[in-house]
Amino acid sequence: MPQEANQAPAKYFTPFNIVAGIIVVVGIIITVLRFTRGLGTVTHLSDNNPWGIWIGFDLLVGVALAAGGYVTSAAVYIFGLKRFHAAVRPAILTGFLGYALVVLALHYDVGRPWRLPYPFLVSRGTTSLLFEVAACVALYLTVLFIEFSPAALEWLGANRARRLVVKLTLVLTIFGVMLSTLHQSSLGALFLIAPSKLHPLWYSSYIPIYFFITSIIAGLSMVIFESSLSHRYLAHKMDAGHLAAKKDVTLGFGKAAAWVLAGYFFIKVIGIAVDNNWHYLATGYGAWYLVELLGFIALPAFTYAIGVREGNTTLIQWTSAWTVLGIVVNRFNVSLVAFNWHLPAEARYFPHWMEIGISVFIVTIGLLVFRFIATRMPILHAHPDYEAH
Amino acid sequence: MDNIVTLHQFMLNTKNVIYILIVMGLVAFPAFWYFLNERDKD
Amino acid sequence: MSISRRQFLGWMGAAGMTGATAATARAATQRQFSGYKDSKGVLHDITRCIGCRRCEAACNRVNDLPGPDQPFDDLTVLDRKRRTTSGAYTVVNRQDAGDDRSPRFIKDQCNHCLEPACASACFVNAFTKTPEGAVVYNADVCVGCRYCMIACPFEIPAYEYHKALDPRVMKCTLCHPRLLAGKLPGCVAACPTEALVFGRREELLAVARERVRAFPDRYVNHIYGEHEMGGTNWLYLSDTPFAQMGLREDLGTTPAPKLTSGALGAVPIVVGLWPVLLTGVYAINRRKEKIAAEEQAMAVERALGQANSEAEAKMADAMKKADEEKSAAVEREVKNALSAAAKAAENEKKENAAPSEKEA
Repeated sequence: MPQEANQAPAKYFTPFNIVAGIIVVVGIIITVLRFTRGLGTVTHLSDNNPWGIWIGFDLLVGVALAAGGYVTSAAVYIFGLKRFHAAVRPAILTGFLGYALVVLALHYDVGRPWRLPYPFLVSRGTTSLLFEVAACVALYLTVLFIEFSPAALEWLGANRARRLVVKLTLVLTIFGVMLSTLHQSSLGALFLIAPSKLHPLWYSSYIPIYFFITSIIAGLSMVIFESSLSHRYLAHKMDAGHLAAKKDVTLGFGKAAAWVLAGYFFIKVIGIAVDNNWHYLATGYGAWYLVELLGFIALPAFTYAIGVREGNTTLIQWTSAWTVLGIVVNRFNVSLVAFNWHLPAEARYFPHWMEIGISVFIVTIGLLVFRFIATRMPILHAHPDYEAH
Repeated sequence: MDNIVTLHQFMLNTKNVIYILIVMGLVAFPAFWYFLNERDKD
Repeated sequence: MSISRRQFLGWMGAAGMTGATAATARAATQRQFSGYKDSKGVLHDITRCIGCRRCEAACNRVNDLPGPDQPFDDLTVLDRKRRTTSGAYTVVNRQDAGDDRSPRFIKDQCNHCLEPACASACFVNAFTKTPEGAVVYNADVCVGCRYCMIACPFEIPAYEYHKALDPRVMKCTLCHPRLLAGKLPGCVAACPTEALVFGRREELLAVARERVRAFPDRYVNHIYGEHEMGGTNWLYLSDTPFAQMGLREDLGTTPAPKLTSGALGAVPIVVGLWPVLLTGVYAINRRKEKIAAEEQAMAVERALGQANSEAEAKMADAMKKADEEKSAAVEREVKNALSAAAKAAENEKKENAAPSEKEA
C-alpha cells in the first residue's frame, strides 16, 4: 500500500492527538461510571426530562448531519449528476461513521442497551414511530456499510467481492434514499405524540416534513463543510481529480442548498399560518423562533445564493458551517429548548458535564476513525487499479 | 378481529400486517424490475 | 380534530400524491373503538380529600416500594409540589383554591388512559391496556428508551435512573394483581373519606354526573377524565377549576394513537412510491444518457464519414490530375519523339536529294 510509505516517520504527539487522547481517556472513565452507577450518576436526566443531549445531539443532530451519504449518492447515481462523483465516497464514509456513532451513543442512553434488538426479535411495538426509526436506522447502517465497502475492498485488494458490491450500487442507493426519507422524517414525527409538551411554534403536524427537508439541507451543507476541512487537512491524500472537483461540488451543492432552504423557509411560514400561531411570535419563545427562521434559514439561503452568483467558494463554505449550526439549533429547540416549555425553570433540563463529555468523546472517535480510514483507503482519491463506479 | 376493542389494538394489528407487506414489497420490487427489463438489449 | 388527516395530507403533499391517498386516512379515522365495556376505574372527588396521605402509605406498602425519605404522616411534605417518582406511584399535592378558601388536595397517579400514549409510543409493546382497565408495564421486554415518558401527557411514568443494569419504568398499576384477586386498589382501600371510589367506569361516570346534578353550586360541571386524551379510567370531580388543581385542561380529546396515525400511515406509501419514482428517474436519466451517447456516436461517425469521402474525392481528384499530367507528359514526349523523328527523316531526305541534284 503506497500510502503508508508516505506516513513514516509518524509523529504521534501532535496537538490534535494529545487533545484527542485526553478526550478518549475521560470518555472511557465516564463510560465505566455510566455502566456501573447508572444514568443518574452521569446525567441530569429526570422523570420530567427523560431525553437529554444524548438524544437531542447524538441521535437527532447525528442522524441529520449524516444525511450527506444519501443526498450525494442520490445526486450522482439516481439523478445522474456524474460531475459530483468525487464527493460520493467521503459523504458515504461520513454517513456510515455518523450512523455507527449514533448507534454507539444509543448504547449509553437506553437503560438496557443489550436489548436494542428486542423491538425486532422479541416484542414488536409497531404502533410506535420509534419502531420505524429503529428499523430504518438498523437497515440503513447496514446499507451504508455495504456502500462504503468498495473502498475497503480496494484497499484490501479483494477484487471479486468488490465487483459484486459495485453491481448493487443502484439498488442500495434507492433503498438508502427510501430508508432515509422514512427515518429522517420519523425522528421529527416522534414528537407528534406530545402536543401538550412541545411549544406550539415548534409542534406542527408538518414536523416530519420539516425534519426530512432539513436533513437534505444538512446533508448538502455537510458535504461542502467537510470537503473544505478535508482540503485543508488532508489535501495530500487527494488526487488531481478530487482537487479539481472541489469547486464544482461547492458551487453545485451550494446552489442546491440555497434552493432547498428557500422551500423550507416557505413551508415553515405556512406552518405558523396553518396553526394560527402568529401571536406566539411576540413572546420570548417567538423571538427565539424568529432567530431560527431568519438567522438560520433565510440568512444562509441568501448567503449561499450570493456565493453561487459570485463564484465565491469561501462564502459558500462559511455558509455551510453556519447552516450546520442552524440544524443543531433546530434539533436542540425541538428536543430540549421548546420541549417541556410549560414546566417551571427548576424542573427544566440542563446537561451534566459528563453528558457533554460523552458526546465530545463520541465525536472525537468519529474524527479519529475518519482520519484513519481517509489516510489509508481510496476515499479522497481514486484507486489506480479500479475504475470509478 | 373480534377481540379488537381499542384503537391501539387496531393499529397494532394493522401495522403488524403492513410491516410484513412492506418486507414482501421490498423483495418483490427488484424482482419485478428484473422481470420487466430482462429482455432489454442493453 | 383532524390533525391526523391534515398531517397525512401534508405528507402526501410532499410526495406529490395528495389526491390519491387521502381516502385511506379518512377510513382509519372514521372507525370507532368503544374500549373495554366493563373496565374498572376510580372516581377521585377532590372536595372530599383531606390530604392525609394514607393512600400514599398504602400504595407504598402493597407495591413493596422503597421506604419514603420522610414518614407518610409528615404533612410538611405537602409544602412543595411533587410528581410521581420511581419510588412513589402516587403523590398527594396541596393546591391553593384562592379567594380565602381552604386549600384543596389532589391525588396524582397514572390515569389509565383508554388509549394510552405510553402504549402507543412503546416500540417493544411493553404496555398493555387490560380488560380490567389497568395499563400495565412489562419490564421483561423494556429497552429503557423512555419514549413512554416523553409521550405521557400526564407526566406519570418515572425511571430508575440510579440502577446501572436493570432500570425499569415505574408507574401505578391500578393494583392490577389485587384486582385480579378480587381486592380493591391499595389507595382506595386506605382512603378514610371516600374521596376515592372504585367501580366500573360507566357506573362511576353516572355517580359523578349525579353528584354534579345534585350539587350544581358545589361542583365544576366537568368530569375530568371523561374525554381528556380520549378518556381515562381515573375520573376527577372538583369544586375548583381543574387547571387550578394542577390538571391540564389543554390536552384535548384526541386519543394518543391518533396523533401519530398520519405519520405512520405515510410509511408504507413512501415504501411503495419512492422506489418506483426513484427507479423511474434513474431509468429516464439512463435513457437520456444512452440517447446522448448514441447521438454523439452517430455525429462522430457522420463527421468521420464526411471526412473520409472528402478525402477520397480529393484523392481521386489528385489521381485524376496526376493521370492527366502523366498522359499529357507522355503525349508530349510522344509528340516530341514523333516530331523529332519526322525532322530526322526530312533531313535525311534532303541530304539524299541534294547529292542527286548535284549529280544531275
